[in-house]
Amino acid sequence: MKKGTMIIDGYKIAYEGEKNILEVVRKAGIELPTFCYHSELSIYGACRMCIVEDQWGGTIASCSTPPKDGMVIYTNTPKIQKHRCMILELLLSNHHRDCTVCEKNGKCKLQDLAVRFGIKGIRFSAMPDNQELDDSSASIVRNPNKCIMCGDCIRMCEEVQGVGVLGLAYRGSKIKVTSAFNRQLAQVQCVNCGQCTAVCPTGALHVKNETKKVWDVLSNKNKRVVAQIAPALRIALGEEFGLEPGEIVTGKIVAAMRKLGFDEIYDTGIAADLTVMEETKEFTEKFKEGGTFPLFTSCCPAWVRYAEHKYPELLCNISSCRSPQQMFGAVIKEHYRNTREIDGRDTVMVSIMPCTAKKFEASRPELEVHGERDVDIVITTQELAFMIKEAGIVFNELEAESMDMPFGLASGAGLIFGVTGGVAEAVLRRCYKQKTAKTLKEIIFTGVRGMEGIKEAEIDLEGRSMRVAVVHGLNNAQKIVKLIKSGEKQYDFVEVMACPGGCIGGAGQPIPASAGTKKLRAKGIYEVDRTSQIKRSEENPMIMALYNGILQNKRHLLHVSRECHACKKE
Amino acid sequence: MLTNCQIEKANEIIEKHQRKKSALIAVLQEVQKEYRYLPEPLLMHISSEMEISPAKIFSVATFYENFSLEPKGKYVIKICDGTACHVRKSIPILNALRKELNLSEEKHSTDDLLFTVETVSCLGACGLAPVITVNDKVYAKMTPKTALELLQALQKEAGK
Repeated sequence: MKKGTMIIDGYKIAYEGEKNILEVVRKAGIELPTFCYHSELSIYGACRMCIVEDQWGGTIASCSTPPKDGMVIYTNTPKIQKHRCMILELLLSNHHRDCTVCEKNGKCKLQDLAVRFGIKGIRFSAMPDNQELDDSSASIVRNPNKCIMCGDCIRMCEEVQGVGVLGLAYRGSKIKVTSAFNRQLAQVQCVNCGQCTAVCPTGALHVKNETKKVWDVLSNKNKRVVAQIAPALRIALGEEFGLEPGEIVTGKIVAAMRKLGFDEIYDTGIAADLTVMEETKEFTEKFKEGGTFPLFTSCCPAWVRYAEHKYPELLCNISSCRSPQQMFGAVIKEHYRNTREIDGRDTVMVSIMPCTAKKFEASRPELEVHGERDVDIVITTQELAFMIKEAGIVFNELEAESMDMPFGLASGAGLIFGVTGGVAEAVLRRCYKQKTAKTLKEIIFTGVRGMEGIKEAEIDLEGRSMRVAVVHGLNNAQKIVKLIKSGEKQYDFVEVMACPGGCIGGAGQPIPASAGTKKLRAKGIYEVDRTSQIKRSEENPMIMALYNGILQNKRHLLHVSRECHACKKE
Repeated sequence: MLTNCQIEKANEIIEKHQRKKSALIAVLQEVQKEYRYLPEPLLMHISSEMEISPAKIFSVATFYENFSLEPKGKYVIKICDGTACHVRKSIPILNALRKELNLSEEKHSTDDLLFTVETVSCLGACGLAPVITVNDKVYAKMTPKTALELLQALQKEAGK
């Protein structure tokens, strides 16, 4: 690790292992402006906002220069100020500046920095080109007229997610971020994870806003609006209202949603409990009777989409369980089937998710039951925050309320689904024969928790060892699939979540979400688990009630058939 | 759709470069030599064979002026617009050819795919300015009139 001392604006600052000057300057308490720098992505050096001046008057990009012992730099000289303003002015000159109606209004880095650097006028005339808006995707909207070519989306898609549907095409003044052959997002292998929207500094990429649809059904007397709230919401929504990441606001969310007019508010966690029951059953049967291993989890729609594109031969290895969102929708729709004659209302299932891929998942035709969607509208954590703000509800002053019954009760196992390692942990809790507090602790220390990209655990299951892998970030999924295919590694159970950190780091969550924010959110989720009386899915009384009630002879509602290439041919 | 022959040819080129990702440009050049342009289905095939995302291949193919994603004509006419040729009036030649063939800055090839007209920065034959080449054969000291005559001769040769 490189150590040394730099002199930043006249103050001595020690550095220890920081890779670039930018990190050292930020450590010194100076927030250098950046567009293209994200610590989790490769260094690109495109935006030049982070320039600093050295003692000889030269300017250097601090993001792509390593610190040196004795180096003298200045971060706020007249020269630097002039350069930064010029860069901003040039970026703004060919940017569609319809800020008041922009989806990212108030959350736009370009807007923030223009305010911070006091840009009051733009001396250069606007570029006349008007490129087409791409709203083909179920989850993401791309507006190329607002792109500043920072390349964040491209690197996120390629480096973290291993998908790579975006690239820089053409050159010079014609350069643009686009997919191969200028196809629309719905026509390429986009998995809808939305991570590009989370790093985009402007409104060039944003999550498709469907709050209008929710307002419409909320005001319709002939609709019974039933909501499900995903586990990852309760520890992140507060951030939109100035609360700390990880602060548990379940009760406030329920109170706010009642005020918005939702008729019934339930917990997706109960469907996660169902998933644990079904997935464990599938796994233990396979484990006893033999079959092709590993069994991959199926909760993450971006992962399922990714596998369909890249590894169609593995589809038989993915659990046949629907995701918790879809299970919940299927159960609710079944619960209220044929009730229209009684009270004249149709049931509308609205789910509130940390995830953008859930929007796509809900629209998949193969998940329809009796020609009806399980889930009608999906909105993200951010969209719910928009609605709460729009209604003028003072979130922080709300008094906590509890969810409705019978579907508002989830076990701790169901709720940790929102964080990487959670699904594996929940399944292990079900697999362990001894149901004591001691075994719960044992499971924690098997290695399923934590923020490493690839985690491994080996558990003794009735004399046989069960090998578990947990990955998050699709690039890590790609790595593990390669290892499995080459025979280098053997696993019995593999949990995959597409977003870094799991659902808590979903693209529908409040942005920006740094690694530190995600850690706090994970801590919050584990606190929810720790303080819940029911730890294991099978101990949730509602689960047994469901199996003996609605789901009697209807367990097929919780599954979907997945066929790999080989099966299809047969 | 791709024919087996096209796939084999592409695989052969990729193998020749030991499937190295860094050889992408060389692979594209050889494919273009074969087909006079880069057909989309073939690029998709190269993408999956070389494990490079289609977006990245598209990036490379659109960055370099020499790569073409559209089929080129039987006769590729390049008009040199380097400094020497430019001052000796290469642009009127370009305009005359474009007008005759109904082409423009955006549209480089005729619909019957007989001609493609494009400019190059310098052919290194400044002493012969203004210069044009037809499928790499050099024609020196051209004027709009001689260029049109050449065009007619080529049309006759093609039997039109």
